[in-house]
Amino acid sequence: MEEKYRVQMRSVKKSFAGVKALKGVDFSLRPGEIHALVGENGAGKSTLMKILSGAYVMDEGEIMIEGQPVIIGTPRKGKELGIGTVYQEFELANDLTIAENIFLDRLGKNGIIRWKKLFADAEKIMRELGFDINVRSLVKDISVAYKQVVEIAKVLSGNTKILILDEPTAVLTPRETEKLFDTMKTLKKSGVSIVYISHRMDEVFSIADTITTMRDGEVTGGGAIADFDVDRVVELMIGRKLSTMFPVRSAEIGAELLRVEGLYGDVFDNINFNLYKGEILGIFGLVGSGRTEIARAIFGADARKGGRVLIEGNEVDIRSPYQGTRHGIALIPENRKEQGLVLKMPIKYNMTITNIKKVNNAFGVINRRKEDELVQELVRKLAVKTGNVNNSVESLSGGNQQKVVIAKWFNTDSKIIIMDEPTRGVDVGAKVEIYNIMNELASQGVGILMISSELNEIIGVCDRVMVIDNGEKKGELIKGEMSEVSIMKLVVGGTGEWVS
Amino acid sequence: MGKLKSGLTGDLGEKLRAYLPIAVFVILVVVSSFLSKNFFTLQNIFNLLRQNSGTILVSLGMLLVILTGGIDLSVGSIAAFSSVLFATLLDGRSSPPMALPLALLITLLCSMAFGALVGYLVAFQKMAAFVATLASMTAARGVAYMISHAKTIPISNRLVNIFNKGSYFGVPFSVILALAFFICVALILKFTSYGRFVQAIGSNETAVRLSGIRTNFYIMSVYVISAFMCTFAGIIESRTGVGDARVSQGLELDAIAACVIGGASLSGGKGTAVNTLMGVLILGLIGNIMALMKVAPYPQQVIKGVIIIVAVLLQGKDKNRRSH
Repeated sequence: MEEKYRVQMRSVKKSFAGVKALKGVDFSLRPGEIHALVGENGAGKSTLMKILSGAYVMDEGEIMIEGQPVIIGTPRKGKELGIGTVYQEFELANDLTIAENIFLDRLGKNGIIRWKKLFADAEKIMRELGFDINVRSLVKDISVAYKQVVEIAKVLSGNTKILILDEPTAVLTPRETEKLFDTMKTLKKSGVSIVYISHRMDEVFSIADTITTMRDGEVTGGGAIADFDVDRVVELMIGRKLSTMFPVRSAEIGAELLRVEGLYGDVFDNINFNLYKGEILGIFGLVGSGRTEIARAIFGADARKGGRVLIEGNEVDIRSPYQGTRHGIALIPENRKEQGLVLKMPIKYNMTITNIKKVNNAFGVINRRKEDELVQELVRKLAVKTGNVNNSVESLSGGNQQKVVIAKWFNTDSKIIIMDEPTRGVDVGAKVEIYNIMNELASQGVGILMISSELNEIIGVCDRVMVIDNGEKKGELIKGEMSEVSIMKLVVGGTGEWVS
Repeated sequence: MGKLKSGLTGDLGEKLRAYLPIAVFVILVVVSSFLSKNFFTLQNIFNLLRQNSGTILVSLGMLLVILTGGIDLSVGSIAAFSSVLFATLLDGRSSPPMALPLALLITLLCSMAFGALVGYLVAFQKMAAFVATLASMTAARGVAYMISHAKTIPISNRLVNIFNKGSYFGVPFSVILALAFFICVALILKFTSYGRFVQAIGSNETAVRLSGIRTNFYIMSVYVISAFMCTFAGIIESRTGVGDARVSQGLELDAIAACVIGGASLSGGKGTAVNTLMGVLILGLIGNIMALMKVAPYPQQVIKGVIIIVAVLLQGKDKNRRSH
């Protein structure tokens, strides 16, 4: 064997309740490389990595570390073998210091903490990662980027040889991302192999040495990053040409629906824009740019501090979601599980919660037959794949859950629909269906505000886009002007630093 | 195949668990009939219901509060407050006696005002329900003592005495009242948008609010309804014909225990009226059985505590709570 691998996984199979999540996957990792693992949500990336780290047990297949067959099976065993994972969601104790968080599972011998040593050790680790920070700070007081680094410091120990980062930059600003990349390079130099799961093509191409693409539980391609380009990778991820993803827009753009003037709130300032009937207006911005807060302020979910909102020319004063809906605004929130759905309730109830008035009488008694009819109609219209609408909405896949969130607003006579990351965490097929639904809504004269951090989605779906960064509107582009470069230029203020 | 099987048993388990409180109640009835020949008489069943009719009312109000994810510790105190206010208004020691409907109405309004205040604090000021109701628990009891000067107030109103002692075809009036309210709450929870929203709020308040529902009004309303139920409970509890500031001590714990034994989740969203009724009756029956077996009062408390824990363990793990 010429090449030495740190990890070799061979024909790994894994099923969940009969659904094949991994259908015989091969994956290898060399010492000291940064290996990008890309694929749509549900492609099996996280499952594969959870098997490697010991969080899941595989059904079939073999794993070799440094050429030796191993059985991992538990996270503890994974750790002993030198595998550390940083998950998307932070698992930090906010009210403890950085140092305590780093050493949470090994605070001191016999449960007695030697604070001086603890802080000194923590400082040493942070310095090695390239960060000079007071390790006595409470985690709740530090920025997201630092939290990310604390997570990394937490999983790193003397013998960590394999580090798995699951979408580490999803919540980071470009500057913070750069810092993280520096840290990754430092680790790489010291011989750590890094598996880097990400959606962002520009980042993958700027940091990774090798790449593996996955789709539907299978590996669809891989090799040295130099042999790939973005289009090729995206095609391998989604299994079709990009151009067939987005529907042809058929809506006619009509009169002004919504006008926002000088809107300001806690994290955004002086936002001006308007939205027309039948238009899909994109709001591009990163997490934390203020885009979600702007949408929530218009809908009434958060208080706004000033500025005017006009609907069809009339000024409105919306102070609660209740008032927002009465003025014909709908919100599809960014986090469907926490904000969009009552997970434990039946699909049916979730669909009619926004338009209960259509199915109940003056005494608030629900007409079950009417409700069933309405629900059946919505299920048909949005092609929600469900055996039984009385099942809890929890039982649906991500894409179908998202359709339920959209269905909620389908029959409410909403004129303005705000969609915050409507396709996050749904598979390609469902994405296309959601784009088609948006298109249909627009052709009925609904105005849609779509917030997204996926550039190709913005470019593919929107008639117009406004770019938000740091709570400010950076500019606006119309269909013909939109491209990855032109949008990113607006984000970084024309320097193009981040894009390179 | 494997998927199908595990899915079914999981669902089935969930469905069976929903009937667990009824099953436990039936088992207890059977056990009781073996323990005592006197048990399985209509008289005794009505006795059990009558002894617990106040608790049934309060537990139903408590259920609504718990469904929204809250808790109401003030129920016992509001019942006592209602008891003395009602008696004072009827008795008219310092003023001319008031007509029964008016006295009832004023009592209801006063206790619902307590509920509204607490509900406002919880819903609009985002105060923890535990804290807000703890405060009103203390305050309402204090007001009760102030009104009554810590003395019992006899009620001489003829109608009240008929209500307290009388029955219809052998069913005591207080039992009829409790069962009527039980049916109301059960129907509201099952068939109205109000009931559905209350449960939804307990499951995910944010999602309901973002659906354009005025969640705060719903949250506030359950405390008002709880206080409404407490008023009737307070009047029933003074069935000896007196208003007394000392009645219904610890009633909040019995009501919470009844909801929990009935499978309600304290994190909200889960619980039914039928099972809450069963919860009350299970607790009542256990007291009954222990009395028949001549168990002394203090050990009775210990046994009750153990039974609450066993009942909740049987319901399985509270998945709701763990995910928070």
